[in-house]
Amino acid sequence: MHTTQQNKIKATETNTAMGPNETFEYAPSIESTDIVKIAPKNKLFINGKFIEPTSGKYFPTINPATEEKISEIADANAADVDKAVKAARKAYTNVWSKLSGKERGRYLFRIARIIQERAREFAVLETLDNGKPIRESRDIDIPLVAAHFFYYAGWADKLHYAVPGSGLKQPKPLGVVAQIIPWNFPLLMAAWKIAPALACGNTVVLKPAESTSLSCLLLAEVLQEAGLPDGVVNIVTGAGETGAALVSHPDINKIAFTGSTDVGRLILKSVANTDKKLTLELGGKSAHIIYEDAAIDQAVEGVINGIYFNQGHVCCAGSRLLLEESIADTFVDKLKLRMEKLRVGNPLDKNTDIGAINSAEEHQKIKRLIDTGKTEGGEYYEPSSLTLPAKGYFHKPCFFNKVSSAFTLSRVEVFGPVLAISTFRTTQEAIMKANDTPYGLAAGVWSEKGSKIHKTAQGLKAGVIWANTFNKFDPTSPFGGYFESGFGREGGRHGLLPYLEV
Amino acid sequence: MTGLNTKNTKVAKTIKLFIGGEFPRTESGRSTPVYIYKTKNIYAHVCLASRKDLRNAVTAAQAAQPGWQSKSAYNRSQILYRMAEMTEAKREEFVEILVTTLGLTRANAEKSVDSAIDAFVYYAGFADKYQQVLGSVNPVSGPHHNFTGAEAVGLVGLICNQKFNLAEVASQIAAIISSGNSLVALLATEGGALLAPLAEVFATSDLPKGVINLLSGNTEELYKQFGTHMEIHSLSCQSKDKAMLAELRSMAAANMKRIVSPTKDLLSLEHLMSYVEYKTVWHPIGH
Repeated sequence: MHTTQQNKIKATETNTAMGPNETFEYAPSIESTDIVKIAPKNKLFINGKFIEPTSGKYFPTINPATEEKISEIADANAADVDKAVKAARKAYTNVWSKLSGKERGRYLFRIARIIQERAREFAVLETLDNGKPIRESRDIDIPLVAAHFFYYAGWADKLHYAVPGSGLKQPKPLGVVAQIIPWNFPLLMAAWKIAPALACGNTVVLKPAESTSLSCLLLAEVLQEAGLPDGVVNIVTGAGETGAALVSHPDINKIAFTGSTDVGRLILKSVANTDKKLTLELGGKSAHIIYEDAAIDQAVEGVINGIYFNQGHVCCAGSRLLLEESIADTFVDKLKLRMEKLRVGNPLDKNTDIGAINSAEEHQKIKRLIDTGKTEGGEYYEPSSLTLPAKGYFHKPCFFNKVSSAFTLSRVEVFGPVLAISTFRTTQEAIMKANDTPYGLAAGVWSEKGSKIHKTAQGLKAGVIWANTFNKFDPTSPFGGYFESGFGREGGRHGLLPYLEV
Repeated sequence: MTGLNTKNTKVAKTIKLFIGGEFPRTESGRSTPVYIYKTKNIYAHVCLASRKDLRNAVTAAQAAQPGWQSKSAYNRSQILYRMAEMTEAKREEFVEILVTTLGLTRANAEKSVDSAIDAFVYYAGFADKYQQVLGSVNPVSGPHHNFTGAEAVGLVGLICNQKFNLAEVASQIAAIISSGNSLVALLATEGGALLAPLAEVFATSDLPKGVINLLSGNTEELYKQFGTHMEIHSLSCQSKDKAMLAELRSMAAANMKRIVSPTKDLLSLEHLMSYVEYKTVWHPIGH
């Protein structure tokens, strides 16, 4: 049995008391990129074929860890989007909506298997294009992608059990679905969107983020390999204009968007006058509450994972740390100690903890917000021992201690490795501070007391609550937020509802 | 004594608003007459609620919501059932107003009250069951007990249909509050006289003050305030006016409020589902 006393750490303990001064450095262990073959020009995937964009225009995609161009991506315009939507409509009407759930499921199972077989290739490609550590793309992103396809494959012939109260009535698909996904988990977000949509019998036009199209285009190859009927999934690459053309296309029945709350608002307004259905998975400013009776060392690790996982490019990142006052100083000391040991650098190195920021633009945004944070106050900290590679968009993990809830960094989503720390005294105060945000995506709670975890979880206004862990995802577990974090759920049985006529 | 019918000294009921469990007049001092059906004889005056009244109602609903949500599901169920009992007790009054001001036949008015009572009973029954039907325990990989529960969205606004229908209004109110939401409802003035018996039902059913707030007023004048209010988390617009619905959807972007379109199936789980949010908790399993 853990007791509060056992877990309390004296604030007077110093770094030297926590372990030996000397540690060994890891030798680099670089993942080979030989496994991926990247074409110099990447076309659009429409009606089962790779085709040239109407405009003939391509834009570069950059490896953020080296700032070097990897290859070129087709820039889809409104005419291309129209082709893709027409292909999706034709496939919906003539093929996909006529297939049985069992048959649809078979295709999804096949896709899942091929992804597993080509997992290493996907992981390396994702890391090259996105900048995330290979450890994460290999152990988290790609396995979850396959798991999502497996999970929803099995739902395809059981949809009458998915909607409570529908009995044996077969729920109907919506039609053609437009899906727009972000650059932070490129292939995982594609899987979250495509798998449930297809299981429910919809066809898809997907637009990846312009800086991370490559893994989605490799997925297109997998779809071909799996023999998925032409037009069931179409992929149009491009930036905001391509997305706008897709959202405003009159023959779309539903839009699923993951991205910033600002763009979510624009989409909401642009479809206000239509019957298009909408799910939005938007931003967050998730709180991470640490009670004094938590297992402190595990909690430190959890906080690191909560905010520095994927360079902090996580919509549900635990970007506000709320510490119970009695342990605040100890906790911050331990956090600093742990941060000194984080390895930032080459994402292809299997030892790397924090990779590259996805783009120069995002890097600038993070720096700008940190500058704002410094002018507003709070105690800034970044690990002194860390050196960043000379090239590439790298950023040190950092935090601001003793921030007030009025500070920009307590309110605005940074989408980078920046943590804002403040304290609380009572459970009530912790809940109140955690809820003091227009967002409501996720929250974390650390305590060794189950009843306290449940009490806190009950009071938190957030769609996902992690207790004694953070940033865990599973295809069976619904994900999505309250309030300005959007609406609809992805994952689990609840993730089917947005793709069905209920 | 001009203007008063000296042959009829019956005391006419003054129809006021219902905010925070109280019966205030509109702060604007404005009212509008409700007539005896197809006549020019005034049945009563109803309040024309103002933007300030709406704000006051939202404040009351906001204060009441956490307490209502934290009541046991069984208790919420009991209170909803009490509403059915109180409606039954006021049957004659409902029927009289439906017949007199809206011109329903007596038989249809009776049916209407029956349906309203059905709605309160139906959602009383759901208050402690939807959690089991909508929730799930999710078999995640790893040492976690992972479960999803449905909980109240928070504060819900309801813009009732211009054409008053007692059964619709009762089922919407019941569906909204059964899961622990609080409510601000706007009744169009046409059916405004029904506000009095409805409010009296809610005031005498052990419902905590502020959970249900009723305004009578001009939809045209107030719908934008509902659409833009930052503390309203979900807004049900029962008007079939497509332009209004589109405008509300666009306004909703400011705080991402959920817009609920006119309800198809009054007595159904789907109706209740429009007003819940799903929360998933990862609880550790360990030593």
